[in-house]
Amino acid sequence: MWIYEKKLQYPVKVSKCDPRLAKYLIEQYGGADGELAAALRYLNQRYTIPDKVIGLLTDIGTEEFAHLEMIATMVYKLTKDATPEQLREAGLGEHYADHSYALYYHNAAGHPFTITYIQAKGDPIADLYEDIAAEEKARATYQWLIDLTDDVDLQDSLRFLREREVIHSQRFREAVEILKDHEGEKKVF
Amino acid sequence: MDKQWRFYRPYRSPFDPCVPKRVKAYIVPPNQFMPFQPPGLRTFSPHEALRRGTLWPDLYSRYNPPHREEIDP
Ligand SMILES: [Fe+2]
Repeated sequence: MWIYEKKLQYPVKVSKCDPRLAKYLIEQYGGADGELAAALRYLNQRYTIPDKVIGLLTDIGTEEFAHLEMIATMVYKLTKDATPEQLREAGLGEHYADHSYALYYHNAAGHPFTITYIQAKGDPIADLYEDIAAEEKARATYQWLIDLTDDVDLQDSLRFLREREVIHSQRFREAVEILKDHEGEKKVF
Repeated sequence: MDKQWRFYRPYRSPFDPCVPKRVKAYIVPPNQFMPFQPPGLRTFSPHEALRRGTLWPDLYSRYNPPHREEIDP
């Protein structure tokens, strides 16, 4: 089960009215390497991974939902007060036609989220290498999002999220080291 | 400049349609050099750690892309 804490993992401050940015940020919401994909990937893989690293997948998978909530907050703040005309100018006319001000799980190009973005092979090493790659790709997405804005407050929140991907990658690579089980090798003799 | 950045010079055609970038940059975060985090690493203060997103200075990566003039004067 989960316990919900009614606050964000890190404060989200948006200082510049730039609805177009919401169109780009949505990549981390419903995109292939976004937070939803990450959360679903890890929380699903954990059933068939060796006991030693289940907790890691639970922890990181849970944290990804906290990140998803931060991205949602950014998108909401950037769009909630825009007129339909402003959304149209920001390239969000198509979004408005289908969803009005609602958020939706799609990527920056408008492609709907698909579960085929993620895999579960049931092979611990294969799954963890997918997770490592996913973290590095999410880190890269945050870089490109930081490049796309000059709002220093928003950049600050994005930098926090990017650093978390650096740490997640580190922990998944440590999980691979744990599963290599070097001590187990010695017992052969 | 931040030591996490790497640079290379891509091929330039004599017929490039746009002003070519002579130097390109990419970042290599410090996690790439730590197969398993050793015990006893130094830490940020709790407040600093919450701001940066990590407790560990050795795993901190600040993404500050270099300006074009910095890498290609
Ligand atoms: Fe992550």
